[in-house]
Amino acid sequence: MARFLLRRLLNYTVLVALATTLGYFLAGATLHPRANYEGRNPPLPAAVIDRQLDELNLNDHTPVVQRFGRWLNGVAHGDFGKTVAGQSVSGEMGRRMGVSLRLLIIGSVLGGLIGVGVGVLGAVRQYRLSDYATTAFSFLILSTPVFLVAVLLKLGALDVNQLAGAQLLDYTGEYTPGLSGGGVHILLDRVSHLILPTLSIILGQAAFFSRYQRNAMLDVLGSDFLRTAQAKGLRRREALIKHGLRTALIPMATFFAYNFGLLLTGAAFTEKIFGWHGMGEWFVDSVSNNDVNVVVAVTLFAAVLVLIAGLLSDLAYAVLDPRVRIR
Amino acid sequence: MAIPTDPILIDLQEAAALEAADDAGIGRGRLVLRRFLRRRLAVGGLVVLALLFLLAFAGPHISRWDYQTPDFEAFLQPPSTSHWFGTSQIGQDVYAQTLRGLQKSLIIGLLTALFSTGIAAVVGACAGYFGGWADRVLMWFVDLLLVLPGFLIIAILSPTFRGRTWLLFVFLLAAFSWMITARVVRGLSLSLREREFVQAARFMGVPPAVIIARHLLPNMSSLLIIDATINVGGAILAETGLSYFGFGVQPPDVSLGTLIADGTRSALTFPWLFLFAGGLLILTVLAVSVVGDGLRDAFDPNAAAPRGQA
Repeated sequence: MARFLLRRLLNYTVLVALATTLGYFLAGATLHPRANYEGRNPPLPAAVIDRQLDELNLNDHTPVVQRFGRWLNGVAHGDFGKTVAGQSVSGEMGRRMGVSLRLLIIGSVLGGLIGVGVGVLGAVRQYRLSDYATTAFSFLILSTPVFLVAVLLKLGALDVNQLAGAQLLDYTGEYTPGLSGGGVHILLDRVSHLILPTLSIILGQAAFFSRYQRNAMLDVLGSDFLRTAQAKGLRRREALIKHGLRTALIPMATFFAYNFGLLLTGAAFTEKIFGWHGMGEWFVDSVSNNDVNVVVAVTLFAAVLVLIAGLLSDLAYAVLDPRVRIR
Repeated sequence: MAIPTDPILIDLQEAAALEAADDAGIGRGRLVLRRFLRRRLAVGGLVVLALLFLLAFAGPHISRWDYQTPDFEAFLQPPSTSHWFGTSQIGQDVYAQTLRGLQKSLIIGLLTALFSTGIAAVVGACAGYFGGWADRVLMWFVDLLLVLPGFLIIAILSPTFRGRTWLLFVFLLAAFSWMITARVVRGLSLSLREREFVQAARFMGVPPAVIIARHLLPNMSSLLIIDATINVGGAILAETGLSYFGFGVQPPDVSLGTLIADGTRSALTFPWLFLFAGGLLILTVLAVSVVGDGLRDAFDPNAAAPRGQA
């Protein structure tokens, strides 16, 4: 079991290293930090631009391999280079990672749980009204891009606030700047800002998992072992949860890993639309700013998250499926 | 992008294997067509899709406004008789723009799905048929692409297709969306390779390329058709998402994604700027997925009997 996980970890680490390297070379080749300095009035002398770019390790006259070497050396010492504005990427990353992770963890856990629950209920009560309703709703959500969901939620929040006559739901930023008051007050403010962005992620996640969970559960419901479990005296509910759900959850582990990449991009839209200064927003902004070091840092972050999701799904596999454990 | 294929597709391995036995009595094509027509929802989806195509390609001709020429007498006007969907900040007709965007999104979706299923078929069949080293290398490549964040890579590359053809964008989208299907195709090829008709062809000296094209791929056509259909929806979602951030279709060209991005900046006060584009986008993806679902049930004999008209 430990060996199995270790082998997977090794495999994933190689893939993360490859993804980040590829990200660096692609970003180094396509983004032009020099463009940020050109076209200024009065024009900057070429030597000044070169010196500035050299300092940031972004000079396109240096071979990309050499720049990569310098960057890698920095990363080995925990330094991810500098942004085009000259700030430390590592420091900014620490702050933004917290913002993104809060959104991602709450969103994926709640979304996954709700999705599995809805899927199981849909399978057990197949072709009832509730099944049709949840199926139709999840189809609708899956056909709606995240950015549209987020914008519509924002519009909805405006209506709610208008009806209530008070600012019940906040939809910009992760907290109210300059808020004074006690700890409870600040906590409530944070929660109020958290609701809509998290909801925009939960909806997509829940819709996705409910579809697959319903299919997997339907397959299990018709199986012999479930009938046997009931025949030997287990109550239906017990049989469903102990034998049915456990088996039907196995494929979900794989989907969780595959889906995580999709979740990350979804979070980028959410952050951008709700004005959260997280990793996704940073990435989108830095592609237009030609900020190579930031782009690569976010790529690494995304790859590591996919790695963790992959490992978690392997772990879940091992817990749920005894055949994996023996190997 | 890496949207996982439905688990039912894996069941199709059996379905495809049964295909040869299935053609007794009426032709398989007619059987599938009959099963498909029995599903009212799927037929409805197909009709909606046809109407959307008609709207996208014939619609612009019945309006007197062009998607680029602004009307300087109407800025930010709500929908009216002369501008059916209203006008934008600089007086562009939203109806003409929306239809133009729908055109682009539909074409990009279709082409991407076609390319990605094509790549998946060729790579998967080669890996499965040749086995050994070819299989190992190709599958390792598939794993690598699955881990790579496709969205990020396309975004990083987006400066290169500024001012160039949008076909480049289509190729990139396809390059990051074929992997899971390729795995399924490989699995099917592994079992088909051992079947008598493939063995016979091989011993008669038919070259591998011909065996793959004539014997392997036609035998999994149902899987490929379903996959291509489902991919259209995913491709449209990926395209609009990237275009929303400005990483996809580049101005002056428009897609539903860029239109929604432009419209949402003032969504709270001028909802007509994005509501029509958003509605058409949801409708398109919904119709495609309903048709895909219907096709899957029509091709999969196991699903036919008990469900009826679910």
